[in-house]
Amino acid sequence: MKIAIASGKGGTGKTMVAANLAFTLSHTCQVTLVDCDVEEPNLHLFFPAPGTETYVNVTVPVIDEKTCDRCGMCGEFCQYGAITVLASRVLFFPELCHSCGGCTLVCPKSAIHEMPKKIGTVTFATPLPRLNLVTGYLDAGNPHAVPVIRAAKKMAENDTLVICDASPGTSCPVVETLDGCDACLLVTESTPFGLHDLELAVDVAARLGIPAGIVINRSDGQDQATLDFCTNHDLEVMMTIPFDRRIAAIQSRGDLLCRARPEWMKAFSALYRKCCALAGVD
Amino acid sequence: MIRLAVISGKGGTGKTMITAALVDLLPGTLVLADCDVDAANLALLLNPELICTEPFMGMKSAVIDPAVCTGCGECEMHCRFDAVHAEGDAYRVNPIRCEGCAVCVHICPVKAITMQPRQTGEVMYSQTERGHLVHACLVPGAGNSGLLVHAVKKTAMVQDRNCDLFLIDGPPGTGCPLISTISGVDVVLIVTEPSVSGLHDLKRVVAVCRQFRPRILVAINRFDLDESLTESIRKWCAEEKIPLVGTIPFDATVIDSVRQGKPVTRARNSPAAQAIQILKTNLDQELMHYNNQR
Repeated sequence: MKIAIASGKGGTGKTMVAANLAFTLSHTCQVTLVDCDVEEPNLHLFFPAPGTETYVNVTVPVIDEKTCDRCGMCGEFCQYGAITVLASRVLFFPELCHSCGGCTLVCPKSAIHEMPKKIGTVTFATPLPRLNLVTGYLDAGNPHAVPVIRAAKKMAENDTLVICDASPGTSCPVVETLDGCDACLLVTESTPFGLHDLELAVDVAARLGIPAGIVINRSDGQDQATLDFCTNHDLEVMMTIPFDRRIAAIQSRGDLLCRARPEWMKAFSALYRKCCALAGVD
Repeated sequence: MIRLAVISGKGGTGKTMITAALVDLLPGTLVLADCDVDAANLALLLNPELICTEPFMGMKSAVIDPAVCTGCGECEMHCRFDAVHAEGDAYRVNPIRCEGCAVCVHICPVKAITMQPRQTGEVMYSQTERGHLVHACLVPGAGNSGLLVHAVKKTAMVQDRNCDLFLIDGPPGTGCPLISTISGVDVVLIVTEPSVSGLHDLKRVVAVCRQFRPRILVAINRFDLDESLTESIRKWCAEEKIPLVGTIPFDATVIDSVRQGKPVTRARNSPAAQAIQILKTNLDQELMHYNNQR
């Protein structure tokens, strides 16, 4: 069972839901929590533990200036504008490279070979006896989040119960996180921003064919527009967490709702059962 | 012209709320851009009138002609993005995974593959009370959000090169859309919140900004939700010599204003509006200072 937690809008409480769900489940079974928000991973703040780090590398081309005759075919082929061939030398812009390997294939002189380049890390930790935490970190200044997300998810690919915390948004990092999951929870807040972005997130899940359930967070009781949207789109609201400054304070100091207020574990257990039903898993 | 981007690292700290309030308060002629193209919300507060839209063509995508494909599988073998899979006797490209590298086109022995343009979004050009707004929508699940950010900024710059301030509502995160947003920007205002996540993400986004040239400013939203963490942020900013230009209290008026589709500064006497007034004065001074140094 793989569950993704996503949202569209940022700051709605994805990490809070992911952390509390994993914490609750770890009391009865083995869980792996994967932080796929590799641009700004936060789960480790709620589960501090020493971890082992591995590098995430992509391959980038290295051009042998001696063999290269500046024919320009690599620069012409590169769809990302990462290579510019001048009369006397070749310029390579690593931040534009997608590591497709095309330049090495088209070079008639075989003057290009590929070298690994580090773009981030994945850390594996066991903060609780039955909870593993995999955190992807994108190196500062690197634009390519997707290979780091892929590496983080790969570390959990053989685990039976996996919870993936996505980044905000609706583009490639979110698609990479959702891909292969059995169900996703979309966390929203009852504002026009929350609803606008929820609609986009629902659309992404539908395009990927992943069943989605809704969690309304920080509810101040004015949820009608969100509830109407869910009814119209046949989406189940699986949990509603009220707005409460004390809950916000638990989260902001790096604690967990279910650790500080264990009575909440019942609600997160119920949320998991609803996810299983949504995914059609026993 | 000064180019100012409001960003955050962590999502949901209040970028759009503060951007809309600054639109309401800052003097001079403005041009506005919403570069959070994944989930663009600035228009929800500025009530813009749409002038025109333009399709956004992202990277081309590979398409395999099943009538020509012999099913040799070379394309699948060479695709680094896991975008090509067998479907019956032929192969098919998954457009969501395809990054448009064209390696499969090059490798196909029977020339069954072509690169096809695809529309992955729309750039919108609108009029607000304070100036033009360029915003966009990305087809949900599409890639190339960094390219779309670039298209939004380019449209805004070409149309309004004589304005005083180019104000950008930025995306969360530190990856491709954020880097595309801050490249070429003069000043960034980072909106954070007093939580362990807020401080952690602030540090990461500052590290990214420092690889570019902008002057960095910080504002703390909902500062009173955890005063001790606010103090930690204040201390860190002082150590890093980053000016703190504003602290905004938690205020239910903010959510009311969002629900009414208005900047919070229209509720003039609300605690948030008054705090943003002070932020605006400090920001104005920083911008003037920046201009004088230039």
